[in-house]
Amino acid sequence: MAITFTVNGEERRVDVDPDTPLLWVLRDALRLTGTKFGCGIAQCGACTVHMDGTPRRSCVTPISAVEGSEITTIEGLQSAEAKAVQDAWIGIDVPQCGYCQSGQVMSATALLEENPAPTDDEIDAAMAGNICRCATYHRIRQAIHNAAKTLEG
Amino acid sequence: MTNQSNRRAFLKGTGAGLVVGVMLPGMAKATQKSGATAALATGDVAKGTFSPNAFIRIAPDDTVTVLIKHIEFGQGPYTGLSTLVAEELDADWGQMRATAAPTDVTLYANTAFGVQGTGGSTAMPNSYMQMRKAGAAARAMLVSAAADRFDVPATEITVTKGVLRHEASGQSATFGDLAEAASQVEPPVDPPVKDAKDFTLIGTDVPKVDSRAKATGKAEFTLDVYREGMLTATVLHPPKFGATLKSHDGREALKIPGVVKVAAVPQGVAVYGENTFAALKGRAAITAEWDDSAAETRSSDQMMTEWTEAAQGDGNQVARRGDAKKALGEAATTHEVTLKFPFLAHTPMEPLDAVVELRGDEAEIWMGSQIQTIDHGAIAATLGLPQDKIALHTMLAGGSFGRRATGDAHFAVEAASVAKARGDGATKLLWTREDDLRGGYYRPLTVHRMKGGLDAEGKITAWDHTIATQSIMAGTPFEMMMKDGLDPTAFEGAQALPYTVPNHRLGWAQMKSPVPVLWWRSVGHTHTGHAVETFIDELLEKGGKDAVDGRLALMDDSYAREAAVLERAAEMAGWSGQKGYGVAVVKSFDSYVAQVAEVEDRDGIPHIRNVWCAVDCGVAVNPNVIRAQMEGGIGYGASAALFDAITLGEGGIVQQENWDTYRMLRINEMPNIEVSIIDSQENPTGVGEPGLPPLSPALANAWRSLTGKRTDTLPMVPIAQV
Repeated sequence: MAITFTVNGEERRVDVDPDTPLLWVLRDALRLTGTKFGCGIAQCGACTVHMDGTPRRSCVTPISAVEGSEITTIEGLQSAEAKAVQDAWIGIDVPQCGYCQSGQVMSATALLEENPAPTDDEIDAAMAGNICRCATYHRIRQAIHNAAKTLEG
Repeated sequence: MTNQSNRRAFLKGTGAGLVVGVMLPGMAKATQKSGATAALATGDVAKGTFSPNAFIRIAPDDTVTVLIKHIEFGQGPYTGLSTLVAEELDADWGQMRATAAPTDVTLYANTAFGVQGTGGSTAMPNSYMQMRKAGAAARAMLVSAAADRFDVPATEITVTKGVLRHEASGQSATFGDLAEAASQVEPPVDPPVKDAKDFTLIGTDVPKVDSRAKATGKAEFTLDVYREGMLTATVLHPPKFGATLKSHDGREALKIPGVVKVAAVPQGVAVYGENTFAALKGRAAITAEWDDSAAETRSSDQMMTEWTEAAQGDGNQVARRGDAKKALGEAATTHEVTLKFPFLAHTPMEPLDAVVELRGDEAEIWMGSQIQTIDHGAIAATLGLPQDKIALHTMLAGGSFGRRATGDAHFAVEAASVAKARGDGATKLLWTREDDLRGGYYRPLTVHRMKGGLDAEGKITAWDHTIATQSIMAGTPFEMMMKDGLDPTAFEGAQALPYTVPNHRLGWAQMKSPVPVLWWRSVGHTHTGHAVETFIDELLEKGGKDAVDGRLALMDDSYAREAAVLERAAEMAGWSGQKGYGVAVVKSFDSYVAQVAEVEDRDGIPHIRNVWCAVDCGVAVNPNVIRAQMEGGIGYGASAALFDAITLGEGGIVQQENWDTYRMLRINEMPNIEVSIIDSQENPTGVGEPGLPPLSPALANAWRSLTGKRTDTLPMVPIAQV
């Protein structure tokens, strides 16, 4: 089945099994490998992308549901919030193994695009869907605050 | 380019540390040949690159690339080992790069193991002098080349931030300018290294070399390797440990578009797809029958009962001082506990995966190999190819926590088996999270039985202790590290107490099961730390002593470093024996860590508010990385202490499938953490694991202080409530 959607501002057409999760279309068909596979059941958030501006677990999003949508992956992040988040991540060396961090950055960016000055509780609520087995949570919280501060200035 | 025999002499001269010398069947022969492997795996280097030794490549563009012999899966060796080289080179941090060293045990062995591999928090300690010597040698060669070019004595040349200068004549050159000329210089045999007082990078928070790539999605993991014509394979594994395939029917799977092949392999049934989804859908359509005759069919409840019974006895003697049984008989008060620890899965974020490309009589493999020497040999044996025809690339891995370090190389063997069954071409083997959780190689299910005695003054007089658990090493190449039939990983941390107890006995009851077990971040300390540090806490309480002062009073001078971290953590927390506070101190992997945890009761479930952590790991090469590893160890330990257990139901089938039933700590459950590092000039020791062991007992002690409830069964939150 042919499906047309936009990825990182570019129109793409893929001809795949309509049940194929967006995650595997991005990775296997489009070779956008920044989006990761962690669990396949929307428990860990490693596969988080933005679908029409909101965070979405691509591992449980069938490609048939993406027809006509705009998808942004870690490779296509461009907003001021995204840049602030990534700079803050690098600034305090958040990543350890790094595997979950694309998903963390996607969730954090969506949070700041929605709420420019989140509290600890708001950060926890927005980020609780993203597992980090290295437990970089402590720094994720700090980096989001740091990013919010840069955006404010 | 360079004199080979000199280079060898130099490398030999730098092999500091204890060589345990794990030898593997068939390895000696392969070792001799692996120079060719290195050439195949290193790939291209820019023309004119200066390669002073196995670890350093200085390119004409001034970049200094360090070949890192330890896999990077979050503990920071790319940054740490590059720091050591940059320090001795007097490089600018901005010009440093890191990449994985090729698989070649003659060049890249872990000097603590004798094989190329990572584990036991040894990356920094075993590399500390080796990498500094490598950097110092390169610097000496650059200086010699500069002296020639400037036509001045070498002693008048200074090196600062990657620039060599001759002050008097005003001449200068960069590393890149001199790369080609330095290649002609004879490498020094034993170059001197700096005095600690002259360090400019060691001891500072240089930015990590991999943070940008990881924050932008550009870091390349095994999952991200796509080769021309690659197929993705999944394997249907037997549902019970130790079962084997009887028969299978793949006809329905083959009808699924994109499924190109179904094949029986020694590990189960492999399904090959043109894409991942086809491979997953295909696997779901296979039916198979299994032979359970050698399988584990006990439930974990049954196993726990058997292990508990075994722990009532004395087991095989591990340690003995005085006569614990006699002293117990004479004690004014006794206290007995039985502690139960479940199987635990490591569940690194990146599930196990590998890409194997077969090309006639040679093969190339990409995987997060943690013990390259073992994986490489096992792949060669499985494929029936000589090792010098196989290049194994060590990829960045999405965590491991011990999971990728297997003595039987089971995953490398499975990947090679699956590739072989397909034939020429590239095959990616992907384990799903379900494969990961149900696939074994767990932290062993363990029972501790402890009995302590106090005299009328509350002084501890007896400590009688038996641990019932499986051996991690038995039946693997690591078995030769066992002495007198004892596996140190079963009881490490419990045999030499930091506390003066006149009568002490420790025994190990070796339990057996087809469930494969493995080192899980901090190994034996995962349970001995909890057992020893909760038990001492309870004995001190029974004797009317404070948890901090009481511990300190029992530590003699040989435990000064334990005492120092304990005092530091207590000071950070403002310790006064407050309700809801708990403390623990554990030495593991030659590092010393004490933690105070503050816990609150949220509807009967413990919530950790704060953890104050003091660590002594010798010279702090990168304090920021050390703090990060303490934070990570605390989070990883908290997840297990609070929520995690792998259980086998009736008939021996694992009851957890994914992270919905194997519950991970999340950001809202992460405590605030403060870390303090003891200033030290001792040689650096590891930090990947030592942050973990004190957390579980500190938490349990805090919970007992708050609620009066003891934690005898882990996890603290019953899994039905998770």
